[in-house]
Amino acid sequence: MNNIKISIRDLHVRYQDGKYPLRGINLDIIANMINVTFGPAGGGKSTLIRVLNRLIDLSDVDEIQGEVLLDGINILDPEIDVIELRRKVGVVFSQPIPLPLTISENISFGLEVAGEKDKKKIARRVEHALRQAVLWDEIYDRLDDPASSLSGGQQQRLCLARVLALEPDVILLDEPTSALDPVSTAKIEEFLEKAKDDYTFLLVPHNQQQAARTADFAAFFLQGKLVEYGIGEQLFFNPKKKETADYIQGRYG
Amino acid sequence: MRKSEKLITNTIRIAGSSSILFLLLIFVFLLKEGFPTLQEISFVELLSRRWYPIEGLFGILPLISGSLIVTISSMIIALPFGIGTAIYIGEIAPQGLKEIFKPLVEVLAGIPSVVLGFIGILVLSPMMRTGLNLPTGLTALTGAILLALISIPTIVSIAEDALYAVPKSYREAAYAVGATQWQIIWHIVLPAARVGILNAVMLGVGRSLGETMAVMMVTGNAPTLFSGLDSFISPVRTMTATIASEMGEVASGSAHYHILFFIGIILFFFSLLINVTSSSLSTRPKRGKDQVVS
Amino acid sequence: MNLLSYYKEPKNRIDRNLVQKIGFTGIRLITVITILPILGIVVFIAIKGMPALSWEFLSAMPRDGMRAGGILPAIVGTLYLMAGTALFSIPLGITAGIYLAEYASDNLWTRLIRIAIISLAGVPSVVYGLFGLGLFVIFFKLGISILSAALTLSIMTLPVIISTSEEALRSVPYKFRVVGISLGGTQWQTIWKVILPQALPGIVTGVILGLERAVGETAPILFTGATFYLPHLPSSPLDATMALPYHIYVISTQIPGMPITIQYGTVLVLLVLVLAMNIIASVIRSRARAKRQW
Repeated sequence: MNNIKISIRDLHVRYQDGKYPLRGINLDIIANMINVTFGPAGGGKSTLIRVLNRLIDLSDVDEIQGEVLLDGINILDPEIDVIELRRKVGVVFSQPIPLPLTISENISFGLEVAGEKDKKKIARRVEHALRQAVLWDEIYDRLDDPASSLSGGQQQRLCLARVLALEPDVILLDEPTSALDPVSTAKIEEFLEKAKDDYTFLLVPHNQQQAARTADFAAFFLQGKLVEYGIGEQLFFNPKKKETADYIQGRYG
Repeated sequence: MRKSEKLITNTIRIAGSSSILFLLLIFVFLLKEGFPTLQEISFVELLSRRWYPIEGLFGILPLISGSLIVTISSMIIALPFGIGTAIYIGEIAPQGLKEIFKPLVEVLAGIPSVVLGFIGILVLSPMMRTGLNLPTGLTALTGAILLALISIPTIVSIAEDALYAVPKSYREAAYAVGATQWQIIWHIVLPAARVGILNAVMLGVGRSLGETMAVMMVTGNAPTLFSGLDSFISPVRTMTATIASEMGEVASGSAHYHILFFIGIILFFFSLLINVTSSSLSTRPKRGKDQVVS
Repeated sequence: MNLLSYYKEPKNRIDRNLVQKIGFTGIRLITVITILPILGIVVFIAIKGMPALSWEFLSAMPRDGMRAGGILPAIVGTLYLMAGTALFSIPLGITAGIYLAEYASDNLWTRLIRIAIISLAGVPSVVYGLFGLGLFVIFFKLGISILSAALTLSIMTLPVIISTSEEALRSVPYKFRVVGISLGGTQWQTIWKVILPQALPGIVTGVILGLERAVGETAPILFTGATFYLPHLPSSPLDATMALPYHIYVISTQIPGMPITIQYGTVLVLLVLVLAMNIIASVIRSRARAKRQW
């Protein structure tokens, strides 16, 4: 029996400028699995990610209706500690965005703002995170170099390590490999597969093929609505809805 | 942890609003010391033609006239030179020369006005006297030349920004139909930038109107009303110079004291008008918050 | 129609190029005429003032009614005023800049703040002098003192520091803030650890340029803190002080028998101080641009 990590119930999101990116979403994010949301652009997948770690607070939102339960607690409740939520639910963006700091400062940033003062502990967590992201061997000797000196693939793994250092429960990845070459892409996908036991992933894939490769569970989003949802293999080879089938077969994109 | 964040946020908010407080303070204190003038001196007297405080004559018309003469003539000089230089630096100069001329103009911006007044007394004024065959070199025109030097950096800088803001596509389209660079500048870029250039003009006027030391040192300090073209090459008195030179000698609380503050209110009001109008002419692009997670 | 006439240069293309040549020459001429006085003034003052510069001139007290000896008290006074202005205007100005760049939403109050800043920037310097007199010297009973003058200069310098700080902070890409927040940082933590350090060179440049202007201003200190004769260096913030700009004004207009070399020397000292600040600010600006990680 699968555990449900995040339960999304009847989620509506409306922006002040009239845009209506999410309409009545009901979705379960399964623990310790790679959950994939895919579909054509404008489907609301990125908006969903921003709701899950409350980054959407930074935007001009008109109204958010519904519930999003993380381990049973509604994260849309204004009373909850948003800062702690963002440590538990980390995000990797589609463009690698290293902070204008050194490599190790990038990773220790999250720990320092959390109040961690023990320098040895920070150093250990930095190393551990870099090893998990399969980056340690490449840069262990230049941790004090500026993060901008890394290649694109390395920078994205740095962004992943940044999140891992906070030991989150859930990691959201919004087209994390869209700016990367195939080798770096493979490394990230490899990480996802290996780390499933420790984390819950929500991945917005860069393309269909990545979706098919990685998804344990998949959800098809079309123009703000959740059209179909199910086990990865079943959804891709035997979609039940016509819109899903049309998209998978490339009739529209 | 969250409490200290709230404290910091509130401190920052208060600091952010401080400029409103200071502006109000200026207004209040000018009014406090300047308002009594309206009770002490009648309107008719204020608008009379003689400013001679020693004999109790407080007509401010010659002072206003002096400021206007000097400001207008300085703009007549400054605008062609300022905008011309802006065109050169922005449109014509090759990159190497651009990087020499821009800092040079900024050097001019940094020269204190008292230094320019000094040069005015020792160099410009004698030149004016001998060159134009005048009884004295301390005239409105002398002041106007110095004021032009003072306002040119402002005009150049803002006009240059305005020219830069004209989209490249305008120029490229014109090149594509065979226009020369001059035609593009004259017929396309300048008209497109006219709002920004108007802005530059206004700020130049504001700068000239508010300048004190340079005019005090070279315009001769004779409060005479405008009387034809001769006035440009005669001594005058600006409002700013009046305040600066007479404030040291007045008794606190006297009518003279109050009217100097009153003149200050007039200057404050005009500078406010100019700057608020100019700010509504320039717009600020908004930053997109949704550009990161797409 | 024969083919040859098709390929002949049409008449108006020749005219257009001529117009461009004339136009460009005119613009270049204008620019040169604008730039020449700048160089001329600096060089002229340097040549005439150099003979007066000596260690004694810079470090000794004046003698014989300022006609001999050194200008130490004026230099020291100017530095004290600069320090006082920095003390009051930097923390407040940068914080207000942070507010506008990071915390303020786009509402009426924010627009009022911006209007206030622009207005403060446009207030004539002599009006600041009146304001300082009314508020600090008289109302707060601080008298004519370094404190009154520094507070007045601070409010005058505030708009520059606020504007350049806001500009510098806004130039740091928004995405860094999003990343900081997504890693569990509060708004202030993200600003303090990431945004502010990146904006620092721009902020420092703005501070230096603001102080550069404050150092050269005469009118605001005329009735708030400046004095001509001081037998000893100021010993407390409540003392009045000599200052370079005011000193230059007096010795060039009101002291008979003032040696010309000393006048030029004093002007040169002020000019060097101001230009040095200008150069330092430029160097900081270009080095920061080179080192930028974005």
